[in-house]
Amino acid sequence: MNIIVCLKQTFDTEAKIQINSSGGIDSTGVNLVINPYDEFAVEEALKLKEAFGGTVTLVCMGREKAQEALRTALAMGCDQAVLICDPALVNADEWVVAEVLAKAVGQLPFDLILTGRIAVDDGSGQVAVRLAEALHIPSVSSILKLEAEDGKATVTREIDGGTELIEVSLPAVFTAQKGLNIPRYPTMLGIMKAKKKELKVLTLTDLDMAVETAVPKMKCLSCSLPKPRTGGKKLDYQPSEAAKELARLLREEAKVI
Amino acid sequence: MLEGLVTEDIKPEGIYVILESAGMEIRKVSLELLSKCREIADLSGEVLTAVIAGKETERFAQKAAAYGADRVILLEDDRLALYTTGAYTSVLNRLIRKENPKAVILGNTAVGKDLAPRLAQRLGTGMASDCTGMEWDERYFIKFSRPVYGGKAFLEAVSDAYPIMATIRPNTFALGVEDDNRSAEVIRESTEIDGEDLRAIVKDIAMTVSQRPELIEADIIISGGRGMKGPENYQILEACADVIGAAVGASRAAVDAGWIEQKFQVGQTGKTVSPTLYIACGISGAIQHLAGMGSSKVIVAINKDPDANIFNLADYGIVGDLFEIVPLLTEEFRKL
Ligand SMILES: Cc1cc2nc3c(=O)[nH]c(=O)nc-3n(C[C@H](O)[C@H](O)[C@H](O)COP(=O)(O)OP(=O)(O)OC[C@H]3O[C@@H](n4cnc5c(N)ncnc54)[C@H](O)[C@@H]3O)c2cc1C
Repeated sequence: MNIIVCLKQTFDTEAKIQINSSGGIDSTGVNLVINPYDEFAVEEALKLKEAFGGTVTLVCMGREKAQEALRTALAMGCDQAVLICDPALVNADEWVVAEVLAKAVGQLPFDLILTGRIAVDDGSGQVAVRLAEALHIPSVSSILKLEAEDGKATVTREIDGGTELIEVSLPAVFTAQKGLNIPRYPTMLGIMKAKKKELKVLTLTDLDMAVETAVPKMKCLSCSLPKPRTGGKKLDYQPSEAAKELARLLREEAKVI
Repeated sequence: MLEGLVTEDIKPEGIYVILESAGMEIRKVSLELLSKCREIADLSGEVLTAVIAGKETERFAQKAAAYGADRVILLEDDRLALYTTGAYTSVLNRLIRKENPKAVILGNTAVGKDLAPRLAQRLGTGMASDCTGMEWDERYFIKFSRPVYGGKAFLEAVSDAYPIMATIRPNTFALGVEDDNRSAEVIRESTEIDGEDLRAIVKDIAMTVSQRPELIEADIIISGGRGMKGPENYQILEACADVIGAAVGASRAAVDAGWIEQKFQVGQTGKTVSPTLYIACGISGAIQHLAGMGSSKVIVAINKDPDANIFNLADYGIVGDLFEIVPLLTEEFRKL
């Protein structure tokens, strides 16, 4: 079974966010990691490979630095990686990313594609579903369980208020939700092996894509930091008094009960 | 002329809200969106259309009108009885291409998150996800505001292509006044579905039977973290939740300990919630938890550690043992 995992490098979830002088998000000194949800996708792909054989190929659109995230996933056991890195993609929106990934994926043999349900940086959760559309294949979002066989998969997905069992023809795209599995750590041996694995870096030209086809549909006018929340009232009374006062304040002052 | 107008010959017109139903009711988030889009329609002079896909959709039409829709389009088909990405994308894509709306708005629900990007890609347009702001704007028609990095920053986003699409986080906008004197033109549209779009079949649905509100739409949430000490203690929160009509949530620590199911997890790798009141019990207030509940309007913290970070965010805090405080609080709520 040939599996593709689309992976993104994101800020560490602990990262402090600052705005730089040109009004964008400042990335200097920020620790970068594999998007946490994409780790579930990598793990699931490796489990499928262990069961069925085949290859796991990583595909990523990002900066040069994203090679680090790809090496980590290779060290977990993936076979090869492709990074699409082009200065023309700096302001890419989800539409552009999906088109670019579809081009890159289209050059590879695959039975299914796995990725995280959302990236914790932009929080947009669009790319995987758009990628499926660009490739004209089905997709199932937020999966908690995956059983694949020849030409078909049965998946459990999370919906609001419950779960749904879905049968879908392959190839298809699946987005991983927490609960799907527990990602493994790279081993020392894995890290050594990863150094020799193929990691191709491609530009738009390599994908036969003209820069003009990578024009975003959405644009960001400005970035801002939220007003910091400041601690409010601490109710320093005996427990029963504190509970009474809290109930009163929620009703009379905050008017939320 | 607006920048980036894609259809040169036919001008895009109107605001469309794709409604979602849960059982016999239109979901609250859909009504919130109708209320807000009514305001934008009035400011911009656009017509507001509600679109309902499914089976027996007619029963939702009057409610949509009462919350502001000028027109209600019904897409009625047995194959739409259950949501599937393919079938819904197929019928909505056809409808939108035919009607050429200026904006298409959905709720950021499980369905909205799955449907909107697929539809946007098929329509060749952009989309803003999980917005916590949406305002009429003379130049861009609608300006969206959306959190990034788990709410540690916000972007102001606009679209250069039509239709302008977005999903909006539940509880972002207040419900308007339901006006039963309002009526809407009700239109039935044909529903052709491409064969290619029927490649995923729903075999089974398991809904959790609960009297409590759905977490992402709940007005009040009471959450428990590692301080809950064990699964049995969630009864304390449930008892309180039932008195104030709240949903129950949890931190990742509690989920990972196996005390409560994953679907209750609030945070970066859990649900994003935006209630009017969030009561955090035995939760330290880690940045990843905050990412999921930081947009709550009022935050209450009950924690025995006076230095817990949650007190830096909470509007009201009680330093104390939750096993003592929460039952007392439940009693006080009962008296209100
Ligand atoms: C990539 C990544 C993603 C993550 N995603 C999430 C996420 O989605 N959601 C999430 O919540 N976390 C997430 N985390 C974990 C997060 O960093 C914290 O570990 C977690 O939120 C801690 O949960 P907690 O506050 O319940 O536990 P703790 O931090 O252990 O806090 C427990 C609190 O309970 C208090 N307490 C104990 N006993 C009592 C008592 N009897 N009465 C009152 N108070 C008491 C303690 O004083 C303490 O403050 C993520 C972490 C990473 C690295």
